[in-house]
Amino acid sequence: MATATGQQALKRTALNAVHRALGARMVDFAGWEMPVEYSGITDEHIAVRTRAGIFDVSHMGEIDVRGPGALALVQHVTSNDASHLKIGQAHYSALMYSSGSAVDDCLVHRFGDDHFFLCVNASNSDKDFAWITEHNRFNADARNVSAEFSQLAVQGPQAVAIVKKLTDADPGSLKYYWFTHAAVAGVSGILARTGYTGEDGFEFYFAPEKSEHVWNALMEAGKPEGMIPAGLGARNTLRLEAGMALYGHELDEETTLLEANLGWITKLDKGEFLGRDALARQKEQGTRKGLIGFEMIDRAPARDGYPVWSGNEQIGRVTSGSPAPFLKKNIGIAYVSRNGRAITLDPGQDIEIEIRGRRAPARVVALPFYKRRR
Amino acid sequence: MYPPELLYTKDHEWIRLDEDIGTIGITDHAQKELGDIVFVELPKRGDQVTAHEALGTVESVKAVSEIYSPVTGEITSVNSRINDRPELVNEDPHGEAWLVKVQLKDRRETDNLMTADQYEAYLEGSASASAAEASKG
Repeated sequence: MATATGQQALKRTALNAVHRALGARMVDFAGWEMPVEYSGITDEHIAVRTRAGIFDVSHMGEIDVRGPGALALVQHVTSNDASHLKIGQAHYSALMYSSGSAVDDCLVHRFGDDHFFLCVNASNSDKDFAWITEHNRFNADARNVSAEFSQLAVQGPQAVAIVKKLTDADPGSLKYYWFTHAAVAGVSGILARTGYTGEDGFEFYFAPEKSEHVWNALMEAGKPEGMIPAGLGARNTLRLEAGMALYGHELDEETTLLEANLGWITKLDKGEFLGRDALARQKEQGTRKGLIGFEMIDRAPARDGYPVWSGNEQIGRVTSGSPAPFLKKNIGIAYVSRNGRAITLDPGQDIEIEIRGRRAPARVVALPFYKRRR
Repeated sequence: MYPPELLYTKDHEWIRLDEDIGTIGITDHAQKELGDIVFVELPKRGDQVTAHEALGTVESVKAVSEIYSPVTGEITSVNSRINDRPELVNEDPHGEAWLVKVQLKDRRETDNLMTADQYEAYLEGSASASAAEASKG
């Protein structure tokens, strides 16, 4: 029986009724009632790899940072070098603890010389905003604007063809990780050539009250290309195939950016930022664990938390494990270490994954598992 | 929806009785909850299974779930088609996608299983309980 205490009402995006009408299976995700699948994860995953899929990702958080201290604040709290961003450009970055671990991972968009727009994880947005506010000694104007935006992602090789039908902007000429202020289906917003699937595509941020109109227009426009709605289930398998980290899995308070293979967004030479000293030290002295990709040899999938073995030694645990619908393999990501030091395992090396008390053979493979042809 | 000739468990398995041979599968509700099934791990012929204990696992893209045996006994037959076509469990869970046959040790074990009507009422009960949960402030 349901109890009256401790149960928080789930938050809903503006498209909740639309997902239900489409027959989506709804789940609790980070306090949000979200569609996990419509026609099935495999079907949706393949659609995104071969045609297109549309995702409601309005649960994602947005934080607006502006004012003369905006760049200084963003530089202080994130690991990538935002001073190199041109107006209209975005990059992947991480919001940092001084330990070198991430508060969250995020996309940083540069709206103006003194104006930035961060897209953060739904589960972390309140924590992120509090952290940014706490470290705002630069007198920047930081606001949590999550409630002011819906976000739809159109992802897949047909994304340009579909979005082009609904906007005067030229989406095909937008470079990867650039964005523009544009109207889609007559609704103005921010159209970014970004995504979390390993495919080409767009993320469109706009006012929530227009959600049904924009969703319906995109669904209609995408029909000839075979675009279908896709849920959080496919979003997870797509990002895993593409070797992208998910906060709470590959990233957490115990894991530094270097350990998570995110040295490429760690700009130690940009000047001071939270975590810089710890990361510089770790770069010199070595990491405590190393991230690997692997595939299973037999048919049982690896799952999050399963132990990883090498010979008779347990060397780590799986952080993300799943069947990969496009690659048709069972893949996973794990951290491996020995005596508190990272182990280097080369692609092709044999390991074992413990599944329900039995060890099953697996092979180390290079990341990402899947890379689209450009 | 749920065939009246089958008996059902609270863990969403079904069993069809033919004398002292029981044919076991998972229910339509179970396959829908799991989504696309990619692998089913089953015991071998001759293995002993125990009521309420795991006899195998079903793996879908998003989750892994144990199959609990409704009865105690010995496996007499395993549906080998499931190995090549695990998606059969999504397509025809109460029919072609039976999983194993068991020689029952004690038929009385089936006395507490649900009829189709009872199982449907059970599903409705759990659905409205979780809806009530979701609507709480």
